[in-house]
Amino acid sequence: MDKLSNRPLLEVKNLRVEFPTRRGTLVAVDDISFSIQPGEVLGVVGESGAGKSLTGAAIIGLLEPPGRVAGGEILLDGQRIDNLPYEKMRRIRGKEIGAVFQDPLTSLNPLYTVGRQLTETILTHLDMSESEARARAIGLLQDVGIPAPERRIDHYPHQFSGGMRQRVVIALALCANPRLIVADEPTTALDVSIQAQIITLIKRLCREHGTAVMLVTHDMGVIAETADRVAVMYAGRIAEIGPVRDVIQRAKHPYTEGLMGSIPKLGNAPARLAQIDGAMPRLTAIPKGCAFNPRCTKRFTPCTQLRPDPIPVGATDVACWLYDQTKKAAAE
Amino acid sequence: MVAFIIRRLLQAVLVMMAVGFVAFSLFAYVGDPVAIMLGQDFTEEARMRLVRDLGLDQPFFVQYFNFLVKAAQGEFGISYRLARPVSDLLMERLPATLELSLCAALLALLVGVPMGVYTGLNRDSFLSRLMLTVSLVGVSLPTFLIGILLILVFSVLLGWLPSFGRGTTVALGWWTTGFLTPTGLRALILPSITLALFQLTLIMRLVRSEMLEVLRTDYIKFARARGLSNRAINFGHALKNTLVPVITITGLQLGGIIAFAIVTETVFQWPGMGFLFIQSVSAADVPVMAAYLILIAFFFVLINLVVDLLYYAVDPRLRVDRGAAGGH
Repeated sequence: MDKLSNRPLLEVKNLRVEFPTRRGTLVAVDDISFSIQPGEVLGVVGESGAGKSLTGAAIIGLLEPPGRVAGGEILLDGQRIDNLPYEKMRRIRGKEIGAVFQDPLTSLNPLYTVGRQLTETILTHLDMSESEARARAIGLLQDVGIPAPERRIDHYPHQFSGGMRQRVVIALALCANPRLIVADEPTTALDVSIQAQIITLIKRLCREHGTAVMLVTHDMGVIAETADRVAVMYAGRIAEIGPVRDVIQRAKHPYTEGLMGSIPKLGNAPARLAQIDGAMPRLTAIPKGCAFNPRCTKRFTPCTQLRPDPIPVGATDVACWLYDQTKKAAAE
Repeated sequence: MVAFIIRRLLQAVLVMMAVGFVAFSLFAYVGDPVAIMLGQDFTEEARMRLVRDLGLDQPFFVQYFNFLVKAAQGEFGISYRLARPVSDLLMERLPATLELSLCAALLALLVGVPMGVYTGLNRDSFLSRLMLTVSLVGVSLPTFLIGILLILVFSVLLGWLPSFGRGTTVALGWWTTGFLTPTGLRALILPSITLALFQLTLIMRLVRSEMLEVLRTDYIKFARARGLSNRAINFGHALKNTLVPVITITGLQLGGIIAFAIVTETVFQWPGMGFLFIQSVSAADVPVMAAYLILIAFFFVLINLVVDLLYYAVDPRLRVDRGAAGGH
């Protein structure tokens, strides 16, 4: 693993996702770059519509038309995967990159047993006999913590509870031992007590299998619990990206600060939670300059004029003019 | 499962009794069998005897009960028009209608389902648009017109296919079949197409809209994310999930095909039950009408039962005892 860690497993460079509409093109993900190291958990947070799920969909090559990758590159192990023909990308999906979706209740086909769905996925990607695949499927169910997997493998999805179904979905994502899992809000649809179990499970499995995870969520708690690094997205751009501890404890971007302020803290006096005034702009009306500027309390001249690009500040990269010394000096 | 079948069978019995009541009412309200059977000259004594022989002097419910008992034994009396037992008449005609209906149903399914899948998967292709446009014709043109047009083109103008009748048939016991002779098979083509066309377009449109619906679901997206082949996704996952509604409609349509073969049989002078029924209506041949009514109702009930059982075969969610399923 140490030898590999020089080269990132996944590299996203200047990714741009667009939706052509009758009233012009909407830019849903605008020029974002980040990378994921082998075995690393990258959390991606942001409000609904910030572009985090679309980024995930772009990586697994399943953007819903008419959405499309309009610019930039996605590289897996140094190989471009964003421009592969459907059939080639299909062989990467499930094998190299697994996916976990939000709603375990609807992610499984109700008409087939979980065993059939598991073996089908295994046989698609791995060269195995039916009985080997079944043995592997039972092993996977065991791995994700489903009791009595030999019996449960022949059950239908509706015979599992929501949390158990999400475990099955995770087992399905792990079928071919992928190196990256894109998990899109894997705990959002679950009860809080189950959420913790699923998060623990994802953490444990990734450690055991050395799988990297891109964990898309709007739950900062989940990120703090699970991620190594975190990317904060706002209106299709990355506001701040860095090690999870730095971002949570020493948030640099005013938006991240606002986000952290809106999380209740245990132990403190029950003060009123900080909130960010206003709402994230719609894609049709993204303001000039920094997209966050109308809501920002620290706005100054360049913010309404120019779009900031992420610059390294300490351990994190921040897209904010506050940290650009020349702009700052010029304003003062 | 067994309880379910028993419940359905009881319901079926109730339905049949209700239909029997309607059929029985035909006797009471459509014409007077005594007057028909006696003709012009009769004595009061002869009339009384006939009334007694027919059981018409008995209370209404006793008559109804007797009718049901006889009907259950396949006895529907004597045709007024042909003076032969109604059950014999129907049995002679049954194979013709069932063979025609079977061909039409198979044609509708074997062509309609693939067309529906194709148009669902390739929503914007030229061929899909063409199929949808042409299918409008199938839905909107009345059956008799289609039949007459087909006769005009293929029998009158081109002279390729016969315009009426069943051709030569072969008797297998009491069943006469047209499947075993070239003329019999040729004679089946036009009526089958006529009868199938409406159902075919209906099935195609149904499968198409169900496919579009299913392809949008999360489990199809997830199946794609698992890297399954298109073939496995479209046919293994998507098509199977469209089956429940398709089975429902197809089942109902099959009953409809048998019942509404009346028009097609009349157009093609097809010697089936529908043609017999039309002739009986014009002659006010009540026993035949009543028996036809009951027989058709029986087919509907039977098909519905089969449809319900097919649900069980397709959808595992129905198979499991209630309560065993965890968390919904």
